[in-house]
Amino acid sequence: MGNVLQSLVASIDPYLLQILVNIGIAVVLALGLNVIVGLTGQLSLGHAAFMSIGAFTSALLTIKLGLPFSLNLLLTGSVTALVATAIGFPILRLSGDYLAICTLGFAEIVKVFFLNFEPTNKALGLSVPAVRSAIPMPIYVWALAILAAALVTFIGSSRFGRALKAIREDEIAAEAMGVDVAKYKIQAFALGSFLAGVGGGLYAHFLGYINPSDFGFLKSVDILSMVVLGGLGSVPGSLLGASLLTSAPEFLRFMSQYRMLVYGALLVFLMVFRPMGLLGGVNFRELVLRVLRLRRSGK
Amino acid sequence: MLLQQIINGVALGSVYALIALGYTMVYGIITLINFAHGEVFMAGAFIGLLLISYFKVNVFVAIVGAMLVCMVLGVLIEFVAYRPLRKSSRLSALISAIGVSIFLSSLALMLFGADAKAFPDTAFPVRQLRVGSADVSTLQLLIIGVSACLMVGLEFIVHKTKIGKAMRATAEDYNTAALMGIDVNRVISFTFALGSALAAAGGVLVGVLFDAVSFNMGLMAGLKAFAAAVLGGIGSIPGAMLGGLLLGISEVFGVAIGYSSYRDAIAFSILVLVLLIKPTGLLGQKIVKKV
Repeated sequence: MGNVLQSLVASIDPYLLQILVNIGIAVVLALGLNVIVGLTGQLSLGHAAFMSIGAFTSALLTIKLGLPFSLNLLLTGSVTALVATAIGFPILRLSGDYLAICTLGFAEIVKVFFLNFEPTNKALGLSVPAVRSAIPMPIYVWALAILAAALVTFIGSSRFGRALKAIREDEIAAEAMGVDVAKYKIQAFALGSFLAGVGGGLYAHFLGYINPSDFGFLKSVDILSMVVLGGLGSVPGSLLGASLLTSAPEFLRFMSQYRMLVYGALLVFLMVFRPMGLLGGVNFRELVLRVLRLRRSGK
Repeated sequence: MLLQQIINGVALGSVYALIALGYTMVYGIITLINFAHGEVFMAGAFIGLLLISYFKVNVFVAIVGAMLVCMVLGVLIEFVAYRPLRKSSRLSALISAIGVSIFLSSLALMLFGADAKAFPDTAFPVRQLRVGSADVSTLQLLIIGVSACLMVGLEFIVHKTKIGKAMRATAEDYNTAALMGIDVNRVISFTFALGSALAAAGGVLVGVLFDAVSFNMGLMAGLKAFAAAVLGGIGSIPGAMLGGLLLGISEVFGVAIGYSSYRDAIAFSILVLVLLIKPTGLLGQKIVKKV
């Protein structure tokens, strides 16, 4: 099994493979943020902080304990979710932009913390040894990305997901209907952060080197752009947003120095012409049914 | 020592306050976190630098020039990136703002290069004055003086002029203001012009103070100024001034007692703490939610 996967991965162009893995990691991160921002409607500008907590935890687990990778990621996600819960209790009382700025502030504090944290080499950053596992890294990443997509899709239509959407639409009305707003918000926050932690762990082991400065405000903004561009609350949207924004700098590489300029303009342009996000408000189940029905009536 | 740090803190804090005013005014009127504001500040610094090094003007003319150019820039940003999104979700406008911010900083990177530019020595004659036990440079006096004048000017515009009255009315209730015959689009453009002008002045002052202007200076300054605006209570003009001064002073004190490597965390720790105790900021009004 392992050999087959190894040869499969080896048959793909390394450059393409690298982009694909980066997309996979971005998908996990974007889906996590989509639970918080898209489903629950709580704007977070500090997703990269949870990613960095995951990245450093996972790196330390590998270096100090040498845990198997699956167990490592599970533990990393749990630690991140635990931190998120501890922080969530006080800050999720805030609403709207106050919450956003609080998560932003928290993210900066986490960054400065890691910049001064001895066990992770302070500002020098940490080299992460490669994963020793029969399953190659790209397969790992994409398996987890698909798992995460399935999880978030499932949650979206579950009782839990409906409660989150009720909170997003109107917090007071949800509370009046008997939804425990505080509890659900914290659970959503923990779940999103769990995915951020796992994404961070994947990132650390794929790149092999992590530095606290990589997880600044711009990283959080990157992930948020994927979620909003794809469409808030939409799982296919997050997949599309993550793929587009991760590969856009590669597509735009021929423009070399104008790359980021075009990227910024593109972001504005897409928002102005498609404020709901590319796949926002598109119901896939209905779309598939309608196509099927059209076919049948055509016959 | 104490007096010295307070003076340093007030000089830094008044610049934060200048930038924070732009955030708070825009937020007060259209509840948008204008993430491109930090980049307007950066643009102001570059324009000031160009005016001083190529046209050999003095620092006051440079400030006025940068303010005028950035006014146009601010109005343009609002027109292109925010106006079409006024009726859509606030998150789309936020992403649009982030797009503008990326665009402007990479434009600056392309035009001016990656290394920090220094102001020519002739920009402003720096002399040290001795006040009691503290050394005050003329530069700090310039910063505090210019900031104070601008803030007094702003207070005058907001409270004593007709357009200021229209601004306050629009901030109070957008729809009702429109019904009363206020041209809200004009008011919003004016708000962006005003906020951008203040940020531009802040940019030139910071450029002269630290003697460095670079394409990425807008990000951290913008974030901290935004923190200052929220600290004071976002939407409140006196709050932004108070928040800016408070952040500046506490940052300088944090560095002075030996936490320089935690410098960027100080401002945000205070912010998080204040929000947890008083969730609407120091001078913010409590909004009662109704169903």
